[in-house]
Order: sequence, then structure tokens, then C-alpha cells
Amino acid sequence: MSASALRTETYLWLAQRLSALILTICITVHIATMIIAVQGGLSSEEIIARIGGSKIWLCFYLVFVSSVAVHAPIGLKSIMREMTQIPMKRIDFLSILFSLIIGVLGIRAAFGLYGLGGA
Amino acid sequence: MDVSIWRGGDDGEYQTYQVPRLESQTVLDVVTYIQRELDPSLSYRFACRVGVCGSCAMTVNGKARWTCRTHVSKVAEGGQLTLDPLNSMPRVKDLVVDMETFFNKWADAKGSFKGDKTRDDALADISPDDPKRKISSAGIECIGCGACYATCDVIKWNPDYLGPAALNRAWTLVNDERDVTGLERLAAVAGDNGCLGCHSQQGCVERCPKSLNPTGAIAGLKRETIKAVLKGELS
Repeated sequence: MSASALRTETYLWLAQRLSALILTICITVHIATMIIAVQGGLSSEEIIARIGGSKIWLCFYLVFVSSVAVHAPIGLKSIMREMTQIPMKRIDFLSILFSLIIGVLGIRAAFGLYGLGGA
Repeated sequence: MDVSIWRGGDDGEYQTYQVPRLESQTVLDVVTYIQRELDPSLSYRFACRVGVCGSCAMTVNGKARWTCRTHVSKVAEGGQLTLDPLNSMPRVKDLVVDMETFFNKWADAKGSFKGDKTRDDALADISPDDPKRKISSAGIECIGCGACYATCDVIKWNPDYLGPAALNRAWTLVNDERDVTGLERLAAVAGDNGCLGCHSQQGCVERCPKSLNPTGAIAGLKRETIKAVLKGELS
């Protein structure tokens, strides 16, 4: 195997672990907020009132979504490689596509929520 | 006791034998009885009979075991034994598998010692308490039976994966101060077909008859190969 392929595989492996590290924090905050904040039922007004217009929450969800867009496609790549007969080039393409879809939709949602709140 | 044994190669079938149950009977005793008394065409491997050579490993009721060190009383569920050849290796005949790929992977992982001293040099002075020597010694007792390899799910999913035995061997040499293969070996065991392919499921640890810890060895290789990549040493 070429040195560049070894480097790519190693960096992807590291990226998956580092994004997992960030995700453990993000998911803990996310779930804790859900449990603490949502006491009287879930409503869009209540979510927008809390998160909309907040730069802190915007930053938090941008980090969260970016980590998911890094973490999940690398895992999906391994699953496709080990569990299916899909050729490696197509697996790489599908993983990058999946990353872009998660990233774009997630970032769009984070900015959407940000734009709905505030003054 | 009913004993079902896989007969033939990939397209074989199970054949059932009636074997008298004896005290302190091992699974290897059962197979030997069948070959000597019931069906001389049965093929299987063994040599030492006492857990030294590692050649009698088979799949006993679904788990890879040394048959010589496995008492029937411990594994015969409801008085029934089912014997298959080891998983993840090409079947030759009956209980015999082709271990060529398994051992070639040891070579691929640079599993042989390479020193730079001659017989005229003094012996290397390494204390048994040296931390690296301790790591090396912890994995050095592998006798290549293939039980870990046959248990590893990653090999079933990715036949190019080097496997726990070869990677464990490489880790013992990475920590052997006398060995000079160095980065060449780290490059050989890096990447998804090497140590990064391991999912840390620890089936190898569970099934190793010598109670070794290949998953721990692979974790060590992950640390060292990643350090080498980050330093740009594997380019």
C-alpha cells in the first residue's frame, strides 16, 4: 500500500475518534438540555425562544453538525466496505456525498433556527 | 455420545458418529477414536497432544479451541459435540484447513526478527523488568494455533486484514530493542488492513488458549503507527 493511502486511512481514523470526542460532549449537552428544558411538552415556539437568535447555540450546533458530518460518513464507509460488495471508489463517493448532505442540511437547519429567533 | 463432524471441503456435509463417553476425555481423544475405530478416512491435525504445538485447533460447538486441552465434559452441550474446521481459512478436507494465508500474513506484518549483531558481538543487555521487554514478553508465547484468527469477525468481513496473531507478533517485535526493522514494520501493520481495521471486539482475547491479549497489542500498534504518521515518518 502506498504511503499516501496509509496517511489518508490514518487521518480518517483519527478524525473519526476526535469527532467522537466532540460528539460525546455535544450529545451530552443536547440530551441534558432536552431533559431539563422540555418539561411542559415540546413546542417549536419554546425551542425558537431558547435557541433562536443565540450566537452561542448557533456555534454549538455548527460544531455538533460538523462533527456528525465528519464522524458518521467514516463509519458508514467502514460498514459499506465490510458488509457490502460495493467497489471502494463508489464507497468513497457515497461517503463524501453523505457527509455533504448531513453537513449542508445540518448547517442550514442551525442557521434557520438562529434566524427565527431574536428581536 | 453423538459427534457430528464436517466431512469434505466447502461442499461437504456433517456425518454423525457414536462415541463411547469416557472419564477425562478430551475432544482430541474423541476425534482420534473416530479415526482409529470408526472411520480411518477422517482427516485432522495434531502433534503434541498437550497444548504445546497448537496444531489441533478446530471449531468445537461453534468456538475455536485446542481440542487436546478441551475436556468433553466442559463443552458437550446435552452430550452433543459438533466439530468443524477453523473458520476464515480455506478448507482442505474434513477438519484440516490451509493455513498458508494465515502464516503469510505473519510475514506481511514483518513478523520475523531482524537484528544487526553478529555472533562475535556481546549479547544485548536487557533487563526482564525493562518496560518494553515486559510488553514484548506479554505477547511472545503465541504458538500460531489460529484460534484468534478463526474467531476474528474483521477477517470474515475483510479477508485482507492481517489478523490478531500477526499483529500481536509484530507488536512483540516493535518492543524488542534488538530488532532493527523499525518503521518498515510500522508501515506494514498500519492502515485499515492492519491495526486500524481492528474493531476491538476482543474475540481474539476471549478465545486465545494462551490467554494473550492481541487486542491490547493492536491498540499499541495503533498508537505507534499514528505517532509515526503524524511525525511524517511513514512517508
